[in-house]
Order: sequence, then C-alpha cells, then structure tokens
Amino acid sequence: MRFTLSLGLVLGLALAAPAFAADTTTGEQWPLKRQEWSFEGVFGKYDQTDLQHGFQVYKEVCSACHSLNRVAFHTLSEPGGPGFSEAQMKAIAAGYQVLAGPNDKGETTDDKGNPLKRPGIPADYFPPPFPNENAARASNGGALPPDLSLIVAARNGGPDYVFSILTGFHEKTPDGFKVTDGKYFNPYFPGWNISMPPPLQDGQVTFNDWDPKKKATVADEAYAVANFLAWTSEPHLDDRHRIGVGVMVFLIVLSGLLYLSYRQVWKDAH
Amino acid sequence: MSGPSTYVPQTGFTRWLDSRLPLLRFSHDTMMTFPTPRNLNFWYAFGAILTFCLGAQIVTGIVLAMHFDPSGAVGAVPGSSLAFDSVQSIMRDVNYGWMLRYLHANGASMFFLAVYIHMFRGLYYGSYKAPREILWILGVIIYLLMVITAFMGYVLPWGQMSFWAATVITNLFSSLDQITGGIKAGSHIATWLWGGFAVGDPTLNRFFSLHYLLPFVIAGVVGLHIWALHVPGNNNPLGIDVKGPQDTLPFHPYYTSKDAFYVGLFAILFAFLVFFAPEFVGNPDNNIPANPLVTPPDIVPEWYLLPFYAMLRSIPQKLIGVLVLGGAIVTLAFIPWLDTSRVRSNRFRPLMKQFFWLFVVDCLLLGYCGALSVDAARFGIPMVWVARLGTAYYYAFFWVIMPVVGLIESPKPLPDSIAKSVLGNVAAAPAE
Amino acid sequence: MATTTTAEPTRRDFIYIATGAMAAVGAAAVAWPLIDQMNPSTAVLALASIEIDLAPIQVGQAVVFTFRGHPLFVRRRTAKEIAAADAVPLSDLPDPIARNLNLPDGAPATAANRIATAGGAAGKAEWFVSSGVCTHLGCTPTAFEGDFGGWLCHCHGSMYDTAGRIRKGPAPQNLEIPVYTFETATKIKVG
Repeated sequence: MRFTLSLGLVLGLALAAPAFAADTTTGEQWPLKRQEWSFEGVFGKYDQTDLQHGFQVYKEVCSACHSLNRVAFHTLSEPGGPGFSEAQMKAIAAGYQVLAGPNDKGETTDDKGNPLKRPGIPADYFPPPFPNENAARASNGGALPPDLSLIVAARNGGPDYVFSILTGFHEKTPDGFKVTDGKYFNPYFPGWNISMPPPLQDGQVTFNDWDPKKKATVADEAYAVANFLAWTSEPHLDDRHRIGVGVMVFLIVLSGLLYLSYRQVWKDAH
Repeated sequence: MSGPSTYVPQTGFTRWLDSRLPLLRFSHDTMMTFPTPRNLNFWYAFGAILTFCLGAQIVTGIVLAMHFDPSGAVGAVPGSSLAFDSVQSIMRDVNYGWMLRYLHANGASMFFLAVYIHMFRGLYYGSYKAPREILWILGVIIYLLMVITAFMGYVLPWGQMSFWAATVITNLFSSLDQITGGIKAGSHIATWLWGGFAVGDPTLNRFFSLHYLLPFVIAGVVGLHIWALHVPGNNNPLGIDVKGPQDTLPFHPYYTSKDAFYVGLFAILFAFLVFFAPEFVGNPDNNIPANPLVTPPDIVPEWYLLPFYAMLRSIPQKLIGVLVLGGAIVTLAFIPWLDTSRVRSNRFRPLMKQFFWLFVVDCLLLGYCGALSVDAARFGIPMVWVARLGTAYYYAFFWVIMPVVGLIESPKPLPDSIAKSVLGNVAAAPAE
Repeated sequence: MATTTTAEPTRRDFIYIATGAMAAVGAAAVAWPLIDQMNPSTAVLALASIEIDLAPIQVGQAVVFTFRGHPLFVRRRTAKEIAAADAVPLSDLPDPIARNLNLPDGAPATAANRIATAGGAAGKAEWFVSSGVCTHLGCTPTAFEGDFGGWLCHCHGSMYDTAGRIRKGPAPQNLEIPVYTFETATKIKVG
C-alpha cells in the first residue's frame, strides 16, 4: 500500500511534470495527484489503521485551526469508522474540553471571564479551536480555516484534493508568478495563493504502531488524514458498499425471475 | 375502447360492495382486462417505470420529511443552517438515513431520465396525435410540475448550489420588469416568492411546503393522464388504430409481467447509482452551507435542466432569454396541432424520422453546452453559438419542420392491422 | 387467456411462485429501512446514559433530572423515611414485585431490592433513584405528598411510599428503577 502510494506519487509527478512547464502565471489549478484509496470501488472500505493515523494527524496538527463540527465522539467507535474501542473513544472524548452549561449559580464564565468547560462525553462533538468566526479570522490573517467535516465531499477531487493540497507546498513557484503577501504558493489550490501555511513536516506525527526508526513523511501524514476526512465526510460508506452489493445481487436475480415469468406469460401470445 | 365491463363479483361481499362502490370493478376493468395493443415494445414500459418512480419519491420523501428541518436559521454549527444540519443528521445519525436520502436525490434524476425517454417515445410514435391531444397536454403539465417540484427539492438542503439555484431561478421573474415599466411587476413577483428582500428563511419554508404538496398534485394529474389514456386506448409502435380484439391483449398478465421485468432492469440501474455513485449527479459545492455573500465559481443546474439552461444563456437579452426558456416547454403543448401528417408513427415517415433523431441529438448537444462554462469553446467554435444554433433547431423542429414535413412527405404504406403485423399473414389467433 | 392447462404446469407455477416470493422478500427488505428510520438515531442513543453528581443534594431533598426524555427521581432520604420504607410488610403492597431493572424479573419489592444497583449490588439506603413516570398513565408524581410521604400523582391520585412503591390509587405498579451504578461515592451513572 505504502509502496504503491509512493510509486503513484513519483509517477504522478513525472507525468505531470511536462504540464507544469506549460503554465506559468495563470493560477489555474494543477491536475490533482491521483492516489489509490482503499474505499474506492464496489467493494471498497475504509482502512481502520489509516483512519486512526488520520485521526492522530487531525488531532495533533489540523485541529489547531480547523474545526470538525459535525463529528460526534461516539462515531469514533462505531462500525465502519476508525474502530477505536469504546474505552478509547471515551478517553478521547474526555481529553477535549467542551463548553459547559450554566453552573448552579447561573454563571457561564469563571472568575477570569473564560467560558465554563467540562470534559467531553461520547455524545459531544469535536469542539472548535476558535470560539467564533471572527476569532478564527483574527488568528489566521483574515482567512477562515474551513470546517473539515465535509471537506472531502465539498471539493472536486475529494481525497485527492486534500492529499494534493497538503503535499503541494514544496513545488517551486513558477517564474513570473508573484505570491501575495501573507499567502503561500500551492498550485493545487485554485488561484495558487493559499492562506494556510504548510501544515505538515516529515516526522511531525509519530505513529505508535510503526517501527520507531521509520519516520512518517509528509505524504504519509497527508494520505492518512485524507483517509480520515473521507470518513468524516461519509461515515456510512462501508454500509453503502456492503448493502449495495447485496441489493445488486438481489435485483439481478429478481429481474431474471421476472424475465422468465414474462416469457412464460407471453409464450402463447405470439 | 374499454368496452362493457366484464367484471363478475364472485363472493357475497364483493357483490354487496359492487352495488355500493364499484371499486373492484373499476380496478378490474382498468388494470386487469384493459385491452392493450399486442405490439407495445420496450419503450412503452416507461409509463410503469414512471409510476414506480413517483411512488418511490413520495415514500422516501415522506420519510425524509420526518427528519428535515426547513429552517435557514443558524443552529449549533456556526456558518450553517438548521436545514443543512438536519440533512447532515439524516446522512450521519438517522438509521438508514443516508440510503433514504440518496434514493430520493438520485430518484429525481432517474425520474427525469424516464420521463425524457417517455416523452421522446411519444414524439417518435406520434402518441400526441388525435384522439390523444388531452393525454399529451396532461403529460406536458406533469412534466412542468416535475420541474418545479425538483427545483424546490434541490433548494431544500440549503447548500451553496441550493441557495444560488433559488436565487437565479426566482430572478428569472425579474425580467418581466422590462415590459411592465414603472410597476416593476417582475421584481414584485420575485420579492413575493422570497418573502423578503432576497432568498432566505421564508423562501426555504414555503419551498418545503410546496415541495411536499406538489407530488400529490402530480399524482392527481397522473390519474387524469391514465384516464385520458384509457378512453382512446394506447397508441402503439405502428401508430394505427386497434381494429378489434385480435389486435389486443388484456393488460394483466401480459403487460403487468412485461412492465415488471423492465421496472426490475430500471431498478438495477437506479440501485447502482444510489449505492456506488451517489454523488455522480450531485455537485460538491452543495456540501458547503449556503452563503449569501459568495457565489460558487461554476454554477450549473441539475443535468435534466441543462438544455433549457443552455437556451437561456445563449440569448444575450434578459427578457428574451427567459421567454425562449419558457417557450421551449410551452411549445410542447401545441405539438398535436403542429404535426400535419396523416400518419402517427415515425416508422412510416422516412423524412420526419431523420429530423426526429436530429432533434434528439440537438437536445443532448444543448445539454452538453449547458454543462460548460459560458465562454467555453470546442474545436475553436464558441459553444455559445452552438447553443444558439441548437435553440434555433429546437424551435424550428416544432414550428417549421413538423407542419411542413407533414404536408410534403409521402409516408410508407401502413400495415392493415396490428395482428397481421405481429402474427404475420396467419389468421390471428383469438387473444382469449 | 388460458390459466388452467399448459404442457408443463409445474415449471410454469414454479417460476411464478419463485418470482412472487422473491418480490415479497424484496418488499420486506425495503420496508425495514423505512421502519427503522423512525427508531432513535445513533445521536440519540449516544445520550442514552447520563452521569449525575450527587454532592449538591441535601438530606431530605428530592431532585428531578431528565433521563431519556423522561423525569428521573433522585431523593436523598432522611433516616425516618428510610425506616418508614423498611417497615412496610410485603403483604401491604399492591405490587409485590421490585420492578428494579438491576434485579432479575419478579424479585420481591423489599426496601433493599428497591435500591439495588447494577447487577443486583446493594445500594446505599440514603439514595433512592427511580423513574419519575407514574405507572398509571405517565404523569410525573410530586414528592412529599400523599398519605405515605413519598409521592402523589395529581393526575389520578396514585400514592407512592418513600421507596417509590404504589400504595393506593389506580397505578398498577411500583415506580420503575432504571439501571444505574455508583461510579464514586457521590456520582451515579444511569443507563
């Protein structure tokens, strides 16, 4: 998997290279780096290890700026997801501080004026990193980091888009293209000027189930988090494929029987 | 054509019921013994397929309405709306919610696919010609209601595409300002539709109400459509009248079994879309909550409206563009009188047949143009000019070619009867 | 049309029956998602258990919480109320069954059984936890009222004692005890 991934990356870059030469200053989005995803195809399903790694990348990196408003903690241990145990899921939830309701005295803030918080429970959703949109913009040079719950569903190219953006920062800025002040060059972002600084570094995230000597590359991290965000966009994909196969088989058999009935009825009509 | 009823109540209860409410007699005569031409082919199965589609849309729609919240107000998720959130809750939390929504959303596409085939079939075999003019016009009304219902349904998830589709379509009415002078009737209509100064929460609420209502209106008009079918009886691929019982078969079991098989095939295609390509006809932008301040860069309607969208865009003048768009649908209602031919079926009209297929290609081409951006060019040709040409042919087909070809064309000789055509020269076996 | 005789009636009948049976299976399979969608969603089920901090509740105080959309009674009983509940002979009870989901069905409605927690573990006499739904027609009884010092349901006059057992009035059963457990000395988890 990992081998094919890097191979695909190399091939993709090699194939795309001539195309790079052609565009210089247009700002037109480069063709995305097409990856292999375990959840593609009729029998595709999410890879639990990839989802768990991706969750770790989100938690340790992305969540500093990006919310995940539509994802509830309890879904982390539900079938078709990252496959955390219930105890692990509860520990993850309790590790986040969510807004608490008013206390017995009716206060919503503590002595210092900070909102009251409590540890998360399974029914809670991932708390946002910023209290509101203005605070998010103020901390990010005026740009609003989008909520990531539906990012894969809401972008053309889906997981390939997320992967390409996250791995697209190292590309050389073409001659003649001026990067706007405070922005970064990323050719997979329409217009090429992206407000997000390069979020991932080699070895930034340590996957516990990996050989300690093996460092996760930016591509490994991007691939994992794109998997995780595909799941947050469509948590029931596994169900959809599994039920779909059953439905197709059933309908084909039923149509076969309906055909035989139809021929039988019409036998004496011609 | 239906003839006298052949229903004979068998039990005491059915005899009692029959003299009070002849429901079983009616069902028996319309769905069981109804004499149907024996030569109906695959293309005639789409009536049954469409009934299946309407039923599936109503059932899944009622279920989705149990979980949908038609409010543009902001809920727990910032930058979103209760409507968008409730759709996400359907996709994530509700048991089988994702399946029901994908069935409903893709069901709309399948419904239009079927209705277009049904319409082209009617056009090819001359099913609109006397004595079936009312049948055809009712069909045009159903199609128009379908477009309105589908449009309102598309608005409900309150994503970016929903919001901007609502904005663009309701603004079509503002073009009327150009002919109503100081009254600005068009703007008043748009404001009235919105219930505010722009598309907003009141718009979403009323669209939901109407989206729930209209399918039942469609079901009512479908009842009239079937009634109007059962008076003159089905047309058929030969386009000649039924001459006697040897030309027909009872609807059940002959056409029930045949239609059931084709509904099964249709369901396979439908299920494939729902389970393996559910976002194929969707647009990623509709997974972004509605934002009145940002229009998506590429705004396109659903595929089934693309030909009309291409017509609208190809006309540089606002009011004329809207009139051309509306006229394209209204034109359909006049076809029964625009076709001057004595022969119904294109099987016997060598010249018209070619224009018909050109018309099919024209509709597909217009759809293709509608999917491209306005300034697109192919092979160095600006596609907007292709769309203009396509629009011209669309109108010419109905208003010029149909009347003229009908007069100048000499049709091929028609067969004597359906039975002879189907069974050869052998004396027709009685259908009983 | 011919329905009685053909050359091979068995094969023909088999096809029709198989087709009909298959279609019936399909209809049943389609019906299930349409029915199940009305069941509580996963988001609702995630809220199906709650934790309650008992520390702020004073002796002699009765508090009503919300559990699965219904009221949940938590009462810190006085020594007198505990004694009153203990003193009632089973023969005085209209409903002699404990109605405690932590115990096997049919356990007797002794005062001890009415406070047993998850898995039948002994509870703490001071703390009484029960559903706040009158077993008659679903109203919420009021604490410290009625002839037995427990609860009185104002809808139709059902009276419960300090162990939530029906003593008088139309209600057929004792107040139900939900599954709960003491997580710490002052914290319970219900559900």
